[in-house]
Amino acid sequence: MGIKEEIRKAKIGMEFDERVRSGSFLQVDQNVEFSESFSNSVEVLEINEALKRYDWLKKYMWRVIPKEKDDYTRIASEEFNGYFVRSFKGEKVEFPVETCLYMNSPEEVQKVHNIVIAEESSELHLVTGCTLSKRAKFGLHIGITEFFVKKGAKLSYTMIHSWRDDTRVMPRSGILVEKGGTYVSNYLNTSPVKELQTYPTAYLDDNAKASFNSIVFGYRSSIIDIGSRAYLRGEKSKVEMISKSIASGGEIIARGQIIGEGKGSKGHLECNGLMLKDGIIRTIPELEARRLDVELSHEAAIGKVAEEEIEYLMSRGLSEEESISTIVGGFLSFDIKGVPDYLKREINKAIEVGQMRLL
Amino acid sequence: MLKVAYLHAGTDEVEILKGVNLYVREGEIHVIFGPNGSGKSTLFHVIIGSRKYTIKKGRIFFKGEDVTELGINERSRLGIGIAFQKPPTVKGLRLIDLVRLLLSKYKRVSEDEVLKFSEMLGVEHLLEREVNRGFSGGELKKGELIQLFAQDPDLIMLDEPDSGVDMESVEVIGRAIEIMLRRKDGRSAIIVTHTGEILDHLNADVAHMMIDGRIVCMGEPDEILDSIRRWGYSGCLERCMRGETLGNKGGDKKG
Repeated sequence: MGIKEEIRKAKIGMEFDERVRSGSFLQVDQNVEFSESFSNSVEVLEINEALKRYDWLKKYMWRVIPKEKDDYTRIASEEFNGYFVRSFKGEKVEFPVETCLYMNSPEEVQKVHNIVIAEESSELHLVTGCTLSKRAKFGLHIGITEFFVKKGAKLSYTMIHSWRDDTRVMPRSGILVEKGGTYVSNYLNTSPVKELQTYPTAYLDDNAKASFNSIVFGYRSSIIDIGSRAYLRGEKSKVEMISKSIASGGEIIARGQIIGEGKGSKGHLECNGLMLKDGIIRTIPELEARRLDVELSHEAAIGKVAEEEIEYLMSRGLSEEESISTIVGGFLSFDIKGVPDYLKREINKAIEVGQMRLL
Repeated sequence: MLKVAYLHAGTDEVEILKGVNLYVREGEIHVIFGPNGSGKSTLFHVIIGSRKYTIKKGRIFFKGEDVTELGINERSRLGIGIAFQKPPTVKGLRLIDLVRLLLSKYKRVSEDEVLKFSEMLGVEHLLEREVNRGFSGGELKKGELIQLFAQDPDLIMLDEPDSGVDMESVEVIGRAIEIMLRRKDGRSAIIVTHTGEILDHLNADVAHMMIDGRIVCMGEPDEILDSIRRWGYSGCLERCMRGETLGNKGGDKKG
């Protein structure tokens, strides 16, 4: 089976089909296999190639993530590969650009540095799939991704991960959203993982909006520490964070931090946890208002599948398993805003695949 | 259709049903009156097979089959349907998606028919909403009826379909119940009602009064309701025990 086929089978949103993608990028371990754009509205390049081609790109490197942030950023700053994706000014990129990071060798440390720019008033949807082959053992994935959403631009970033219980995953992301820009992040990891730790930070200018949605499943011996942080710097900037965690084992820490600095800025944080079997779910929400007219709110709930709901659906003729799966499906469903319908369908498919593995 | 024989049931700590007998023939509509806490809702939960309660004595037969040991979903698949008094919210599940699941399971009703039924109830907008989430009193009742319609059961059990509902809605709920019953010959219904309002829009055949876990009195629905309204549950029970005729006519003669 070829690598593309292996990746398609992992169901991480990778199509490798130019009829439904505006661009495609594949990095296996540290080597970029291909980097193509199928549209005049967007460019997709290997990062090192882009750095050679565009002198100005250097000043985007390490702009929204400090190089000295932690050991992982330091490791990734020494040697890396990755992608550069840019939608051109005023262009609406019709289909998503897909980028895939694949680990294929034993004891691989995959170091990635990506830059994504949505130029002024453009619209871009990016789907990133990360997974590993059977050959890869004890993998470590360090992914640095810096996003720049220029004035009035829209960028959605959907990340679908599929790991294994011997993989450690350390994505580090920073996002700069300029005036009137919109950034949407969807993160999905429904597979076992040894350790996953990520805390993307967004900086929002006037009237900028951001939303972070995440779904993670915790399995036995997984440690997942996931969250997002937003600095509402601009006037009337707005953020919404919704996380859904299901514990079937292991430990999940769902974090969120909103810092309201801009006049009339608003933020809402929601952490939902479902205890399916064993495991631990901990939510750590932080709201920080630095002005009088900032509005921040937070909701959190953790619970098991309610017996009353199971019986309710069973009284309609559903079996117990069907009832639980329907309730879990309901828990996981959310209205993903700012993403085209067909991408929503792909995301929902990936959720279903994960759910089948879980139940 | 349904035979409940000498049923004793309750939670682990308390016996709630203390020997209930109930016999519902094909095509009959029965009404159960009774004060709060008399065990009416528990009876429905035990008939459908809720695991909250355990049966200590007695049997339940449905269409001649002993269903006492069957699971909830097996009973509903046999044709027992229930509209709960206070149904739970199922977050993230749209009513239309649940309805579609039921339609594909039972294959008796079309989606178009469900839509028309919902329009008749005046709540087609609920289909896009999450099941019972933020529903008003009346919407909860109507949402239950929509699910029952999709399920199309032979025995319909309705727990207080007329409580917390405005007068116009009671009328339309009554009509909806009739539509469901008429879809097939010989269908039966059991309605638990507090106020009896639903009887203004539905002709019931038999009424029962339940007090403290027992069915203590049986008779003409209008007469029993009238008697309860005049003398209260205890007064009605006293007269019933003395074997007096209930209702208006009886009362006038004695007075």
